[in-house]
Formats: sequence, structure tokens, C-alpha cells
Amino acid sequence: MRKLLLFSIIIIVGITFIARLFYLQVYSSKAYNPYDDNAIRKVLHYPKRGYVYDRNGELLVANQPSYDVMIIPREVKPLDTLEFCSLLKITKADFIKTFEKSYRYSPRIPQVFLAHLSKEDYAFLSEKMRKFEGFYIQKRSLRDYQTSIGANVLGFTAEVNQSIIEKDPYYTMGDLIGKQGIEISYEKELRGVKGVKLIQKDRFNRDIGAFKNGTEDITPIAGKDITITIDAKLQEYGELLMQNKVGGIVAIEPSSGEILSLVSAPSYNPNLLVGRKRSANYTKLSKDSIHLPLIDKGLLRMHEPGSPFKTLVALAALQEGVINESTTITCHHGYVYGRNGRKMGCHCGGGIRNLNTGISQSCNSYFANAYRKTIEKYNDAGEAMDVWSNHIKSFGLGNYLGYDLNIGKKGNIPNGAYYDKMYPDFRWGATTNISNAIGQGEVLVTPIQLANMMAAISNRGHYYTPHIIKSIKGDTIPKKYRTPHQTTIDKRHFEPVIQGLHDVYNDGTAWFLKIPDIEICGKTGTAENFTVIDSVRTQLTDHSIFMAFAPKDNPKIAIAVLVENGYFGARFAGRIASLMIEKYIKGTVESKHLERWVMDHTLEHEYEKPYSGEPFNINAKSKLMLVKDYELQKALHKDSSLDQ
Amino acid sequence: MNPNRTKNLKLDWISILLFLILVGFGWVNILSASVSGEVTSYFDMSQPYGKQLVFILFTIVLIILILSIEAKFYERFASIIYLAAILALIGLFLFGKTISGATSWYAIGGFTIQPSEFAKVATALAVAKYISDLQTNIKSLRDQIKTALIILVPAILIVLQNDAGSTIVYAAFFFVFYREGIPQIYLYIGLGILTVAILALKFLVLPTAIITTVLIFGHHFSLKKKKTALLQPIFLSVVCIAFAFGVRFFYNNILQPHQQNRISLWLRLEKDPAKLEQMKRTILYNLNESEKAINSGGFTGKGFMEGTRTIGKFVPEQHTDYIFSTVGEEWGFIGSSFVVIIFVLLLIRILYLAELQKSQFSRVFGYSVASILFVHFMINIGMVMGLIPTIGIPLPFFSYGGSGLWGFTLLLFIFIKLDSNRVNEW
Repeated sequence: MRKLLLFSIIIIVGITFIARLFYLQVYSSKAYNPYDDNAIRKVLHYPKRGYVYDRNGELLVANQPSYDVMIIPREVKPLDTLEFCSLLKITKADFIKTFEKSYRYSPRIPQVFLAHLSKEDYAFLSEKMRKFEGFYIQKRSLRDYQTSIGANVLGFTAEVNQSIIEKDPYYTMGDLIGKQGIEISYEKELRGVKGVKLIQKDRFNRDIGAFKNGTEDITPIAGKDITITIDAKLQEYGELLMQNKVGGIVAIEPSSGEILSLVSAPSYNPNLLVGRKRSANYTKLSKDSIHLPLIDKGLLRMHEPGSPFKTLVALAALQEGVINESTTITCHHGYVYGRNGRKMGCHCGGGIRNLNTGISQSCNSYFANAYRKTIEKYNDAGEAMDVWSNHIKSFGLGNYLGYDLNIGKKGNIPNGAYYDKMYPDFRWGATTNISNAIGQGEVLVTPIQLANMMAAISNRGHYYTPHIIKSIKGDTIPKKYRTPHQTTIDKRHFEPVIQGLHDVYNDGTAWFLKIPDIEICGKTGTAENFTVIDSVRTQLTDHSIFMAFAPKDNPKIAIAVLVENGYFGARFAGRIASLMIEKYIKGTVESKHLERWVMDHTLEHEYEKPYSGEPFNINAKSKLMLVKDYELQKALHKDSSLDQ
Repeated sequence: MNPNRTKNLKLDWISILLFLILVGFGWVNILSASVSGEVTSYFDMSQPYGKQLVFILFTIVLIILILSIEAKFYERFASIIYLAAILALIGLFLFGKTISGATSWYAIGGFTIQPSEFAKVATALAVAKYISDLQTNIKSLRDQIKTALIILVPAILIVLQNDAGSTIVYAAFFFVFYREGIPQIYLYIGLGILTVAILALKFLVLPTAIITTVLIFGHHFSLKKKKTALLQPIFLSVVCIAFAFGVRFFYNNILQPHQQNRISLWLRLEKDPAKLEQMKRTILYNLNESEKAINSGGFTGKGFMEGTRTIGKFVPEQHTDYIFSTVGEEWGFIGSSFVVIIFVLLLIRILYLAELQKSQFSRVFGYSVASILFVHFMINIGMVMGLIPTIGIPLPFFSYGGSGLWGFTLLLFIFIKLDSNRVNEW
């Protein structure tokens, strides 16, 4: 029996060992995955973000390298914080704060400790990096704008936030994502697909080479370059003209719906929103409540369309057969309607008006008549309103246009239900909302809707969804940008209206804006607007509105200009529209007198009025101001305040 | 032809084959664990794998030497070899070199020799010689004490050199003595000591006292014969309780902190998770990393030279005491159970051969070889997998190191030589 003691123990130990190995290696072992192995450093490999070119192939947006210090909190070992902080140029308090924040977020997940190191800091730090366990440097690429224009279109990228990470597993802490403009619209195309490099570490946290010679790495897929429809030269010129003004310009190529320029004034240099200074600059820009530089005026400013809307009122009336080309009325400096003899004023000069002169002289009475006839054609005002509303909406008004920028406003085109709700106990009719006839009242539009409406008119009845994407390298643009939308108006009704728009330039309200050799069709407009000062609804100087297209036949450009508080339409908006058309069609601007006038005048004083706390005049009673006078006044004011 | 000569060559090829598998596979894993970057030459003497290959070549020379010496030589010169080994151990106090805390090395040129690895062979020979002496009666207390002294002298010398791990190996001789007929009571005493010690460490003195007293009296009353003599169980209980106190005292006051921690971790004495985490990061670092490496190997392993934790050198001392973690990571469950099975087969083979011996000297020596190899195997692999407290001794034939390899080779091949001579013993 004694012989068996050692023998049995050997067998028992052998079985115990195999059982333990089974427990360790089969029972509690997961399939090997290098991503769970802390002996393997996973370094994200960011692909090049796609470049952005303008329609003429001019490079607008490229990339620049940037280096982030990353942290994996649980792998951090005691370190020389003094040295580390001085290398990163942060204080020890910052260090502790950021460290604790990252640890609370997750001890395991790699996070950005300090973003966007300068190249010099990176050079110093990378030499000493291995002394700081748990930290490493992540290379990324930041946007490098080759231009100072088009910030509202180009948008910007920024680090993803927590809610995006939770929604889309592609993104991890510190990734950059498009936040505005084309960067967000074409995020998937531009970003590409990031890759992962697996690096073997040793126990001192040093990199000792590629894991399995890089065979398990995921190679990044580069982002696609895109070409946008913007004409950089036209955009730049538009931004130049809009200096010292607030407003927007939208120019569209009618034959394709391509957006040639989308100016929002004032703008800012897109390079302000790149890298470490992004957040501070963003805050600064968002605090400018007078100019609102971050609001795209071309897409987001809803306003009454004013007189340009009369063209649609005329087209609806023509389509409904309530007027024709030769219908005339007599304008008695206004239009009297309703039981109490209410009167809508008119500045056209009075006399006999037909469709052509009605448009060119912007006669209120003519369109009030046309509108009333349209609505009163039907027995039921609600039904009539719906018919009218559908005609108007077929021009892309009253709803999102479907363009490829992620911001916009619906505007408003009222229908029967709208007024039933507004006047539940009242039999409303055409005279109740007669101001719709002249683009006031309940009608609201955005500049891009106006430009699109002009494109539809210039095409004699159809338009393409406006869009900013011209081509994607190795891809096609969505079909919806290549399919025309038909309006509800027959083609034949457009010619007389277009002739009227042409006569606006010949002998109408924009006679002094003629550009030699270009047949422009346009329409001036003003929109009343109000603000609230100390709880009192206060009227401000009218917005200057203008829409145009050119040439009259085979149009190349349709444009809408909004200059806030610029007073009558031809004054600011009309001049700017003409200059933009000349710039686009001729390539150069010869109408220097118009250009000089626009450049020399400022509206800054108008924008300051509501905040001055003093009573002020508007419209004709408000003085025009030259830029140099404004600056002189500013300088004087500054001096006097210093004296006190 | 000399008939003796052909009989002399009757070697046990099964043992030799198992030995070759272990040495060969061991070297493959040493290569994996110690390589950094490209292998320029397998004989690169600046790298452990290069040195080990040279040690293995010397081993072949050593084996030829062992096998060509007359079998009787080992029995005849056992005492002298033993004395020489003791002298070598004593010499360490004068000329010894200290490596990682233990003064157990002679430095000769670029190489170091660890006499304690050879002292095991000498002790095994001396024990075999003494027990097989016709005048020795292992059942007499006098001879038991003398035999114990043969073991205790080298064991104490090694403990004094601060190499506690190597000392524990001498406990292996218990199996030899038990086989050769020491009274059964020693087994009970041994088991009793182990049980009481573990109980005292795990549950403190009072619960230990209660448990042991209940057990002793329970056993006493279950034997219906001598109901009157209560003195014996009372005495036994008192001894146990005193021993439990002694163990606590030894644990608290004599053991060094790192030894305390190893035991504390083994018996799961630390309950505070924060402290436990801290221990895992510091003193348990090796074990923790080695378990992780084995765990990450999975069923089939990551493949030769593909172990990420091995490549990253996460397990310190991986080519020496922790070599088994490389097997676990790169060869997985299949490879590591293979190694366990090969060891078990070799141990059983030696035991089997030992029982076949006609001379008591050969049998005792064979038994000693199996016991020593077994204790190394059990402690080393048990430690690497976290089954027993950390005790730094090599895995025979596997771990890097010349002295160890040669010591184990001497043990195995002297026995193979003795075994080959079996038929001539009459």
C-alpha cells in the first residue's frame, strides 16, 4: 500500500492541473480578440477628410495635421506631473481636473486629454512620451481652409459629443464630425472610414512593433473629395458687397438648381473655428446678438416677400383665367375695398395699369384686384384659398425646399384652413387678407425660396431642387437634384410676366440698375419689420429686397437679395443683385458707380438704433450713412467716452 | 563481444524520449519568451535561448559521461559526493555571489553555478546509500534521526543562503522514507501539522482549537476500547493548540512581509478589495500576469512566437520560473495539458522502474528522483496557475538555467544507468 501514496498524489496533482488549465483556458477564456488585449495598443488611424473644391475646381478646404494627447485613465502610473504639465503648458490644477474627469467618464476608454497640440509642443512631447504611462499621442487631421469666404456654406467640424457616440457606434471620443454646412451634409462621404493600427506594447508601455506585422490592422478608407456648386469668385464678391450690412444673397443656376452663391452677412473666417481656439471663437461669434454671424441669413431669415410676390399673384390669376395679358384697371393711388371703404395705398403714380406696367411700376391696386378676382372666382373662400395656395406652393414656397444643407425654414403660404383657424367666428374673404396680394400679411418666405421662385419663373414653369453638391469623387449625386419640379402654371402665362419683370429694368423701379449688354428681369421689394423695444412693438426701417434673373432668355442666374433695414428694394438689394449678375455673367464688373455706392454705404447705424435707447426715425426719415462718416462718428464717440 | 556490455546498454528509452520532449519543447518556449526582435543566431550567447542551447549540448556530453561510468561508482562514492556538495554549499558563505537576494551562486568567468541544484543529487545518493546499508534499520528512531540529518544539513545551509524555495524541495524525501517503511504515525503527524497550520492561518487560533479538539475527542470516543485513558487526547489537543499559536507567531513575527503576502493571497485572507487590487498590482504582479497570459491562450493558443503578452514581456522571469505561462499562452490548453501529461508519464515511469529495482540503493535513489521531480513539478506549475503560494523554483528540464538542467539530468540519468544495470545485480 505504501507504494501507492506517491503514485496517487502524482495522478491527483496531474488531474488537478488539467482541470485548472481547463478552467483558465477553456471555461473562462474568451475567443482571443486583440481589441480586448491590453498588451496591444489600438491606435486609430484617421483617413484624410475629403477636400472641397468650388465649381471651377478651386480648392477651398484641405487638411492640416493635428496631435491630441490621449489618456487611458486606468493605465496611468505615477508620473512627474510637473514635467508633464510644463510640456503640455497646463497647470497642475488643470491636470488633476482633467484626469479626474476622464476617470469618472471611464477608466478604460481612451479619451482626449488635451486636444490640438501645436507642432512645436508635439515635437518636444513625443520624445518624452514613453515616460508617461497611460498617455499617448493621437494624430488627427484638422480642416485647413484655403479661403476666408463661405463660412456658412463650408461649415465646420468639431469633436463628437456623448449623444452622437451613443447613437452611432462609428464615433469614439475625440473624433471630429461635421457640425454645420457641407461638413454635416456630406459627413459620410467626406470622413471616409477610419482604420485601426494594432501595436504590440511591452510591460513598460513602450511600443515594440506592429502586432502580427500589421496583418490584423484595419486600413483606413480615405474620404471622398467633393466639388460644390458655389462659384468662389462670385461668393467672395457677394461677401464684399455685403460688408457693413446684414442680410443674405442666394444665387441659383436655373437650368440645374445649383447654388452659385449663398452669402450670409456678416460672415467670419472659417479658420476661426478650427482647432484649440474653436470653442472660444465660437462663443464669441454666438454672442454677437446684433449681427448674428452664425445665422445663415440666406436660409433662415423669414420675412414678408413684399412686391416680388406680386409675380406669383399674377401667375395664379392668369392660370385661373380671372385676368389676361390685356386686363386693365385704373389706379387711384390706392385700392378701396371692404364695407368701410378701407384703402390700400399705392405708390405707382396712378393711372391706367395693365399687367406689364402693373409689374414694372409695382402697382398695388392691380394685384389687389387680381388677387380678389382669383379668390372670389369660387363660391367658397376656403376652397378658393386652397386653390391659390397650391399654385403658390408649386413654386417651392411654404415648405422646406429639400436642399442639401441641414438648416432652413418653411416660410408660410396660408390656405383656407389657416384662415378658418384664424377667424373661427367670422366669414372671411378676399378682402380680409388682401395684403397677401402684395406679399405682405400672412405670407412668409426665405431668401433661398425667393431665389428658387425666380429660377422657376425664369424656366417658365419648372425648377430643380436647389443644391450645393456638384459632384462627389467616385460617386454620383442624388437623383432628386436632377429631376425637375413642375409648377401648376402653364408655360404660356410666363411670357407676359417675364416681360413685365424685364420692364422693371427698362422703365420701372429698377431703371437705374441697368447693366449694359445683359437683359435682366427683376423685381424690387420692401418688407416691413418690427422689433420689441421695452415691451413696445416698434417698426424698423424696411428690409430691402430684390430678386432677378438674367439673361431674359436661357437664364444663367436667378438671384434673391435681402438687405435688412436697407429701405426700398432698389436701393441696396437691387444694386447688389445687378452687380452680382454682372460679375457672374461677364466675370468682371464694369458698373463701378453701382459698386462704389454699395461699398461706400453702411447700415451699421440702423442696426444699432434699437439698442441705443434713444428715439429714432425710420425709412425715408432715416439718413443714409457713408462708411467713413460712420467710422468717424465711432471714433469721436469713443474719444468722448474716454474724456468722461 | 563482451556480454556485459550489451546488457549495459539496456537503457529505458521511454524515459529518455520523455526527457527529450521536455528539454526540446522547453527550449522552444525559452526561445519565444526571451527573443526580442529577430533571431540572428540560435547560438547567440547574449540571449537566454542561445545559452540554453549550449547548456543542452553540454547536457548530452554529461549524459554520455554518466552512462559510461560504472554503475557501482555512484553507490560506492555516494558519501564522498555528499561531503563535496556540503563543502560547496558551505563555501558559498565565503565566495558566494548574490543574485536576487539569494547567496547561492558561484561565479566562474561569465557563468554562474548554483551548487544547491547539485546538492539534491548528492543528498539523494547519500540517502539511498544510508538506507540501503544493511546495518540501517529505518524503523529505529536512531536511524530515523540520522537519515533526517542527511537531509537537514543541506536544507539548513540553503535556508541560510536565503533560498527558501530550494529548501522546500527537501520535503520530497518524506515520500522516500514513507516508502521505505517509517512508521505510519509520521504520515499522520505530517498531515496534522499541515492541517493545523492552514486552519490556524485561515481561521485564527480559537476556531482552530475548537475544531481540532472536537475532532480529537470525537475520534477518541468512537474507539470503544479504552474509555478510561483521557490523558492522551487531552495532551494531543494541547499540543495542537500550542502549535497553532506557534504558527500564528511564526506568520506574524518571523516571516518577511512578501512571504506573508503570498500566504495571505493564497488563503484569500485579504478581504478589502482596494487592498487586494493594490496587492495584485505589486506583489502579485507576476502571478496576475502569468494567469492572464495562460488565460488568454484559450484552447489552441496564439501560436509559436505569437503570444502578445510573451512578446511584450508582461510576465517577469518568464523564461525561468514562469516558463509554463508561455506554454499556456502560445500553445493553449492543448499544449499545456500535453506538458502536464508528459510530466505525469515520466514520474510514473520512474516510480515503476524504481519498484522493479532489485537493489535497495537503486530503488531508494529512483524513488528520490521521482519525489524531487514531482515536488518541482507540483510547486512550479501550481504556482504559475495560482493554485499554491509563490515559491520560486524551476520547472525541471523546462526552465532556463544550466545548473538546474544539469542537476535534473544527473538525477534522471544516474537512475537510468542504475536501472540499465538491474540484471547484473544478482
